[in-house]
Amino acid sequence: MKKIVQIENVGQTFETKKGNFIALRDVDLDIREGEFVTLIGHSGCGKSTLLNLISGLTLPTSGVMLCDNREIAGPGPERAVVFQNHSLLPWLTCFDNIYLAVERVFGDKEGKPKLRQRTLDALALVGLMHAETKFPNEISGGMKQRVGIARALAMEPKILLMDEPFGALDALTRANLQDELLRIVDATGATTVMVTHDVDEAVLLSDRVVMLTNGPAATIGEILEVPLARPRDRVALASDPVFASCRGAILEFLYQKQLRVAA
Amino acid sequence: MSAISLPLAGLSPAPDSKPSVDEPMPNDTSSPSALLKVAPAATRPVRSDFDLAVKSFIRQVVPPVLGFALLIGIWHLVTLSSGGSVPGPLQTWKEALVVFADPFYQNGPNDQGIGWNILSSLKRVAIGFGIAAAVGIPAGFLLGRFKTLSDMINPLISLLRPVSPLAWLPIGLLVFKRADPAATWTIFICSIWPMILNTAQGVQRVPQDYMNVARVLSLSEWKIFTKILFPAVLPYMLTGIRLSIGTAWLVIVAAEMLTGGVGIGFWVWDEWNNLKVEHIIIAIFVIGIVGLLLEQSLVLLAKRFSYEQN
Ligand SMILES: Nc1ncnc2c1ncn2[C@@H]1O[C@H](COP(=O)(O)OP(=O)(O)OP(=O)(O)O)[C@@H](O)[C@H]1O
Ligand SMILES: [Mg+2]
Repeated sequence: MKKIVQIENVGQTFETKKGNFIALRDVDLDIREGEFVTLIGHSGCGKSTLLNLISGLTLPTSGVMLCDNREIAGPGPERAVVFQNHSLLPWLTCFDNIYLAVERVFGDKEGKPKLRQRTLDALALVGLMHAETKFPNEISGGMKQRVGIARALAMEPKILLMDEPFGALDALTRANLQDELLRIVDATGATTVMVTHDVDEAVLLSDRVVMLTNGPAATIGEILEVPLARPRDRVALASDPVFASCRGAILEFLYQKQLRVAA
Repeated sequence: MSAISLPLAGLSPAPDSKPSVDEPMPNDTSSPSALLKVAPAATRPVRSDFDLAVKSFIRQVVPPVLGFALLIGIWHLVTLSSGGSVPGPLQTWKEALVVFADPFYQNGPNDQGIGWNILSSLKRVAIGFGIAAAVGIPAGFLLGRFKTLSDMINPLISLLRPVSPLAWLPIGLLVFKRADPAATWTIFICSIWPMILNTAQGVQRVPQDYMNVARVLSLSEWKIFTKILFPAVLPYMLTGIRLSIGTAWLVIVAAEMLTGGVGIGFWVWDEWNNLKVEHIIIAIFVIGIVGLLLEQSLVLLAKRFSYEQN
């Protein structure tokens, strides 16, 4: 299948007061079109750093990053981001938050009614039609995260980038949103790169799980293919031996090969 | 940073005067007698709600009334000990009734009702402040957005800001040759700083997350300004405006004392020359009340435009 993102020999060094800090080194990864990839690793290893590189919010200090065979020179709406803290604009309603993105992407070609329809469709996709006129501070954390996802999806991006989108949520909401995301991804076939801490989440959602070694100077330790058929059902998977073995492989990597030295 | 962090002190909104409900101490309920006392109130919520409302009303109203009583008491004592040269509360009140019976009379340019004086002071403040806002707010946005510019201008602001407004008056007189624009100029120069500094600070404090949203969407500069920068900065801007208006109102009285003409400051000076001390005391109250109203209306405005984070 076509490679949509190519990361070749990428390194990221931050200049800090104490001198240079090597966050990532020698990262090589190709992401195929329509694929769901998760990045997993211990806290502080550089997952967000890698995601920010793909989004173009930061540029690598070495190596080459390509999207659709073009160098990634900065962020752009074809690579939509769902931020860890949702980053909705508090002075805009849920509708207007999404509309801002829709208008930017489709405003040149389409009229107002079409743009409004797109916005409503995006809200419907995440089940939030009733929250249209609400402001972000008037809805729950899970709902905010859903609006953030709706905003990203409404842009019809080539790639959907998500930084621990469900990190701050309780287990139940998290499971619901994971199911919703599974459904949406199956329906739209969007290429998705997602950062997570959660092993089950990684296996449930991904085609491939990219495991990062501990920082500093983190790199890709292992890549696990998840050969589970879609659509996936969390209840059925709970007793699936393939699911269990994938889960075991990630746990082994995280807790035996990359055991965090107690700080 | 040092110059910019100061004016933010005024950012915290006016203390909310929500009635606080009297809660029993937690360990009260542990003793059986306390439980017994609480129980009947719980079964008759209407009665207890009414009691609470009355109590909180009393708690809100009584302390300020006591404060004013204290002020009037001290005032009375001062009057007594000065042997009557400082007019007492009652005398001032009677005089105030006379002054406010006809606030808009006009007997030539130097003898006008208190209403005219207040209005002309407000007009000067409005003009000076308006120009300051028109210059200061855009300047604040520029300073906040472009680091080099703020590095260039900030030392100047730090140098000029502490200068007493009245020191600017002679410059104004020199340049404009007339008293009125000189007073306006003084208002302008002293009310511009809080607006520049607060606006600039607001721009610098726009959360990086919002700017990242703008970058991912590749919004145009205009969209960034209208949809992100302006709403994010608005609360800071309003704080700057509130501080500026406060300063302007402080300064106008002093400036008018020096420049003369019509205005509340001039009125105070004129009444001093006429030895009508009651009028001076009335003017002090009037200045205070007008200042309070200006401040409160901006606090209301700021509340209207503030958004809750997250
Ligand atoms: N702008 C920066 N300047 C200096 N160091 C940075 C910067 N951004 C990240 N780092 C460092 O790079 C390393 C990786 O950070 P990153 O945020 O990518 O971790 P992460 O894997 O996303 O962690 P978490 O799971 O806790 O979110 C950390 O040690 C962090 O301190
Ligand atoms: Mg992170």
